[in-house]
Amino acid sequence: MTTLQGSFKAAGLPRRPDFDAIAHWVPRGARILDLGCGDGSLLRFLKETRDVSGYGVEISDENVAACVGNGVNVLQSDLEAGLSGFESGSFDQVILSQTLQAMKHTERLLKEILRVGREGIVSFPNFGYWRVRAQLAMGRMPVSRELPYQWYDTPNIHLFTLADFESFCRGHAIRILERLVLTEGRVVQAWPNFFGATAVYRLDHVAGARPVSG
Amino acid sequence: MSIETRAPGSVGVVWPQDIEFDQPLALKSGAVMPAYQLRYETYGTLNADRSNAVLVCHALNASHHVAGWYEDDPRNVGWWDNLIGPGRPVDTDRFFVIGVNNLGGCHGSTGPASINPATGRPWGSAFPLVTVEDWVEAQARLADRLGIRSFAAVIGGSLGAMQALQWSISHPDRVRHCLVIAAAPRLSAQNIAFNEVARQAITTDPDFHGGDFYEHGVVPRRGLRLARMLGHITYLSDDAMAEKFGRELRAGEYKFGFDVEFEIESYLRYQGDKFSTYFDANTYLRITKALDYFDPSLRHGGSLAAALAGAQARFLVISFTSDWRFSPARSREIVKALLDNRLDVSYAEIDAPHGHDAFLMDDPRYHRLIAAYMANISL
Repeated sequence: MTTLQGSFKAAGLPRRPDFDAIAHWVPRGARILDLGCGDGSLLRFLKETRDVSGYGVEISDENVAACVGNGVNVLQSDLEAGLSGFESGSFDQVILSQTLQAMKHTERLLKEILRVGREGIVSFPNFGYWRVRAQLAMGRMPVSRELPYQWYDTPNIHLFTLADFESFCRGHAIRILERLVLTEGRVVQAWPNFFGATAVYRLDHVAGARPVSG
Repeated sequence: MSIETRAPGSVGVVWPQDIEFDQPLALKSGAVMPAYQLRYETYGTLNADRSNAVLVCHALNASHHVAGWYEDDPRNVGWWDNLIGPGRPVDTDRFFVIGVNNLGGCHGSTGPASINPATGRPWGSAFPLVTVEDWVEAQARLADRLGIRSFAAVIGGSLGAMQALQWSISHPDRVRHCLVIAAAPRLSAQNIAFNEVARQAITTDPDFHGGDFYEHGVVPRRGLRLARMLGHITYLSDDAMAEKFGRELRAGEYKFGFDVEFEIESYLRYQGDKFSTYFDANTYLRITKALDYFDPSLRHGGSLAAALAGAQARFLVISFTSDWRFSPARSREIVKALLDNRLDVSYAEIDAPHGHDAFLMDDPRYHRLIAAYMANISL
């Protein structure tokens, strides 16, 4: 199964801007769990630039071997099975990059992320991006750099927009601490749900709130 | 070790060495081994810093002969030869690899068939029960004698993996990387049950003579044979057995008798017969007991995480999906305990069909992983 690779490469994204954004939010020396860590290049980048410790989680054999080759800790596991192997609050941050849209149990995974980590960092392709909307307006399922698949072979089963995600967070006691919207590596300020191709969020629980209901 | 001619990827011709220890070794059971010998082999060259040593721990029926072959017996290829050699995942151009027959073994190290200096007769039933911890202590003494302060890696599969794990607990400052393959943190009741049936097969063999069969000039072959047949069933997966033997009949039709009819019967009998000619019954009994006794959590209120609290090594844990003897869930227990201690660990679950024996196969995904891990070990 290749749906959870979650690497920027697989998503066809420029690597550095996302990495830089995430690195900017990761405190030096933080303890990180990177879900769907791909070949481990983000973790390696964070190790080298932010001196983090932690683990990646991957399902594909190729990526597990690549992570080991990259010198990062990787645990082969299916994210759909949950994060029961991890104690609550055992990580400073849990990262889920370009993977949420491919998950069957979206709500459960977000709940688990904020159980295991103090904060979550989540990135995903924006289905509200104007190029996506334009292709839909022309009557076709969108194919783009961020969504490089055809309708019949896509691993992405839960496509959503920035507005959808933010509404989800409000309804699930998730607080958005920061947001960065990018298109082709550049930061988008105006009309992000229209001009943004991909988004990165830093999240935690609303103080005193009940954990996200599953 | 310098080898003039060798096939690509193999260490080529190797030879065992013996080393004597005359400092008594206090065993977990309370018994003391006054003196003993260990037989070992080495491949590759120890570097000037003595920082490139790798210890390979063997499982139930294996030995110090891990890689290469013997000049006078070229068909006797080491049991993990596919993993170890120049350019192989455990690269002997880079690492100095040591295989050692464990104390109580029957491949040259002091064991139940050795002469007990106190009596001048084979130890037999008097040979003490040994544990994984005892083996690790004996291995540590071998390392001392070879001038190896710390191992770049300790590697093992199955019972060998338990020794690797124990190394990280007993000598945390002497092992930098631990490769724990097809392991369990302790045996389940089912695992112990299989071992007990194997032991009963041996001890109830009339030729066993309470363990002192050497003096009677006999070997409890029937018991060893049954023990091995049973073991073999548990090392293979149902699928692997179906794939390899299915319901194939040797004669193509039922014979309505009790001679070999199905291919699986033939295979098990062959494996059992072969085993009974070279393996020592007392060693088999003791190794299965060492398996049963292994439980690092025992002195820590059942907590494996507490047992591993002092570990400093980095770990690579590998399991195989079709291994029902030590299933992936057992390896995940080890991973969880390492995570709880915030230790560096990578874990892979190889989708291999061979069952427990998969750790001995040269599955490319498995070997690629070990190669990548070993290549990243800094010396």
